[in-house]
Amino acid sequence: MVVDVAEVVTELKATYTSGKTKSYEWRESQLKALIKMANDHEKEIIEALRSDLNKPEFEAFVHEISTVKSSCKLALKELRRWMSPEKAKTSSTTFPSSAEIVSEPLGVILIISTWNYPFLLSLDPVVGAIAAGNAVVLKPSEIAPATSLLLSKLLGEYMDSSAVKVVEGAVPETTALLEQNWDKIFYTGNGKVGRIVLAAAAKHLTPVILELGGKSPVVVDENINLEVATRRVIGGKWASNCGQTCVSPDYVITTKAFASKLIDALISELEKFYGNEPLKSLDLSRIVNSSHFNRLTKLMDDEKVFGKIVHGGQQDKTNLRIAPTILLDVPEDSMIMNEEIFGPLLPIITVDKIEDSINVIHAREKPLAAYLFTNDKKLMDEFVGSVSAGGLCINDTTLHLAESSLPFGGIGGSGMGSYHGKFSFDAFSHKKAVLRRSFAGDISARYPPYTTRKLQLLKALLNGSILGILRALFGW
Amino acid sequence: MLHIGQGQLPLLLFPAKAEVLPEPLGVVLIFASWNFPISLALDPLIGAISAGNTVVVKPSELAPACSSFLARIVPLYLDNKAIKVVEGGSDVAEKLLEQKWEKIFFTGSPRVGRIIMSAAAKHLTPVTLELGGKCPIILDSLSGSDLKVTVKRISGGKWGACAGQACIGIDYVLVQRKLAPVLVELLQKCIKTFYGENIKNLNSICKIVNKNHFERVCNLLEDPGVAASIVYGGSFDKQNLLIEPTILLDPPLDAAIMTEEIFGPLLPIITLNDVEESIEFINARPNPLAIYVFTKNKTFKEKLLQETSSGSVIFNDTMIQFICDGLPFGGVGQSGFGRYHGKYSFDTFSHEKAILQRSFFLELEPRYPPWNGFKLEFIRLAYNFDYIGLLLLLLGLRRRYTSRTVI
Repeated sequence: MVVDVAEVVTELKATYTSGKTKSYEWRESQLKALIKMANDHEKEIIEALRSDLNKPEFEAFVHEISTVKSSCKLALKELRRWMSPEKAKTSSTTFPSSAEIVSEPLGVILIISTWNYPFLLSLDPVVGAIAAGNAVVLKPSEIAPATSLLLSKLLGEYMDSSAVKVVEGAVPETTALLEQNWDKIFYTGNGKVGRIVLAAAAKHLTPVILELGGKSPVVVDENINLEVATRRVIGGKWASNCGQTCVSPDYVITTKAFASKLIDALISELEKFYGNEPLKSLDLSRIVNSSHFNRLTKLMDDEKVFGKIVHGGQQDKTNLRIAPTILLDVPEDSMIMNEEIFGPLLPIITVDKIEDSINVIHAREKPLAAYLFTNDKKLMDEFVGSVSAGGLCINDTTLHLAESSLPFGGIGGSGMGSYHGKFSFDAFSHKKAVLRRSFAGDISARYPPYTTRKLQLLKALLNGSILGILRALFGW
Repeated sequence: MLHIGQGQLPLLLFPAKAEVLPEPLGVVLIFASWNFPISLALDPLIGAISAGNTVVVKPSELAPACSSFLARIVPLYLDNKAIKVVEGGSDVAEKLLEQKWEKIFFTGSPRVGRIIMSAAAKHLTPVTLELGGKCPIILDSLSGSDLKVTVKRISGGKWGACAGQACIGIDYVLVQRKLAPVLVELLQKCIKTFYGENIKNLNSICKIVNKNHFERVCNLLEDPGVAASIVYGGSFDKQNLLIEPTILLDPPLDAAIMTEEIFGPLLPIITLNDVEESIEFINARPNPLAIYVFTKNKTFKEKLLQETSSGSVIFNDTMIQFICDGLPFGGVGQSGFGRYHGKYSFDTFSHEKAILQRSFFLELEPRYPPWNGFKLEFIRLAYNFDYIGLLLLLLGLRRRYTSRTVI
């Protein structure tokens, strides 16, 4: 069934123009509906994620369902405060006046979601768009078809379908959607499609948020609690959708001296987590489809790289599973070190001194996240000060996404714009500047004909110089 | 500095410290426009520098004296290893756009804004577009000294801002029909006082920037319906590129003068039955960069604020939001996106880097696989902030939830 996207947009624009989505009551009702939907259908959501990704129930609950509900609850709690105008400072240059910033919705938003956290990455932006009072079209990823279908069904049942619509489909539908005139586009995915989205948006001068990815490095120093650190690396890598996460640790940098200790610790903890037959573990996601499976095996089977595997490497093509795999010192120019891995392969790059790791990071595109495990304050400060990434997490991985008071977004190749918490509300709002002036105290020096005296007075006023004002007034 | 607990992270993930650190973007490109050629080049530059970036500024070739001034003087005062002025026309602009920038800041027309954004898309470069639009004045019924002050502010704001060639410049006026005659009369008097009696004695006003724009603005008056609606002015001096302040009363709404941004010293006055109709009038058109409302009616003020969308709204004055640094300056819809002035300039050229710092102690076992019913229930309770439930679970007094994932 081909959806007429132009009609969809026309309908949503009409709904938006009617003012319905601007009211607090409407926004509140929709956010509550999302929570109810997630609660009532938790089992089906977990099923869909199992079908699309073989995602363990734990990940489905913690990473996706729970996070969406938290976002709704936070928005509900803060919505009145977020919606209220913010006072702005005025100075003597505009005296007497009062200034404020009023948040208003943008209009009709297009949200294009992705396949790795198909529930979360579809609904989290929707929460922000609705909280800000917009109408929304959601385009879930066709690469996670069970979740896409479920979202279409559930949102249709629970949400106000005159203002919130799901359009399923693949490239043709997405292209048709991108031709429309949106008030904002929110895209999660890769840089290649990100460029296409941005180019399409340019035709209508539509502002865009791009949540992309990159190679998020983990620097592991010595003199740390190695057991805890390795668990946290594993947690962010294999226990996060089998490495198919935009902020997954992509590769590790450590010293030559420490590498073997780190590898031993990783192997030991991996076995505790997934047993000695990880391809059979029930707690590991599978690779999403055969196209990505082939992409990953190609990275591993590369002759420059194959011999560097120090652990893992097992593949199960039928079930699209790859075991947690660690590689040591692959060549800098190998494909695995030049593309975002997005899978269960972890290259470890060694350096002489741990400080050199910062140069390794600087030689590459700015990533979405960067991680450091250390107890050395000096190294921590240098890392924080000089590593540019969307976000940093020290002594843990991926957790910074769960803190809603932190903006989540990229920089350079890893994206533009941010969201989460109030940043989501702001992302889908226009901050309108309002200046209120009175008729009293009109300064004739503003108006022509311009004289030297008027200029002197105005200069003094703009400089806030009392003496200058007096001089100009009294002609000194 | 933010604290865990303000966010939605369960206290179980304590201890942690969260903060946002602004950092420069890198090398940024600023395109300045020709109407305020010094401030529109330097104002964004100030933001870029304060945020720690290196900068290329391309002034507009349509203001050649200012462009060459900037190219000559800026290197004498600023670090020219980090800040460069590049002069030239569209060919130079095209070459600049082929490079990879960390940000592009553009002030100008929507047409060129599209070109800039399309070029930026190739490198995933974020942009700020400060465009324009038809900024209306809504005039409610006022009288006496309030009306006199209003007329001064309209005259000063329209013709005293680069002869109407300003992005936040007043484009047209919306007023109740019965007030139009008084308005026209007062405007005429004011124009004569401020700018001179006629085209020959014109003073205190800018010229039109070049022949192209001069002809474009004069052509707006060619339409017979438009020409017939002129109630004051309409004369021009082709040699000196001067057009006298011109007032029109109810020109046809489908003429170019009412569908395109005028960007010149022509002021159409559109009359309505009721001032409230102005809201519908504005909403039928693209979002302007600014809406100016002269009124004392509180209800109308709030209604207008709620029901229209624009970069900014100013009550009882014109243009002055430009010098209020506490307010963000930018558009919405066709008038652009992004903003600057004051701290917003710093923010526009910064990346807000999120940082979460954790410690090694207080590890949370249920985070990690292999997952079982106990761990799942533990995490479920923790994320629901159900600490009593957690206690019961730990004491073995709560039924465990069991389920297994299957391949």
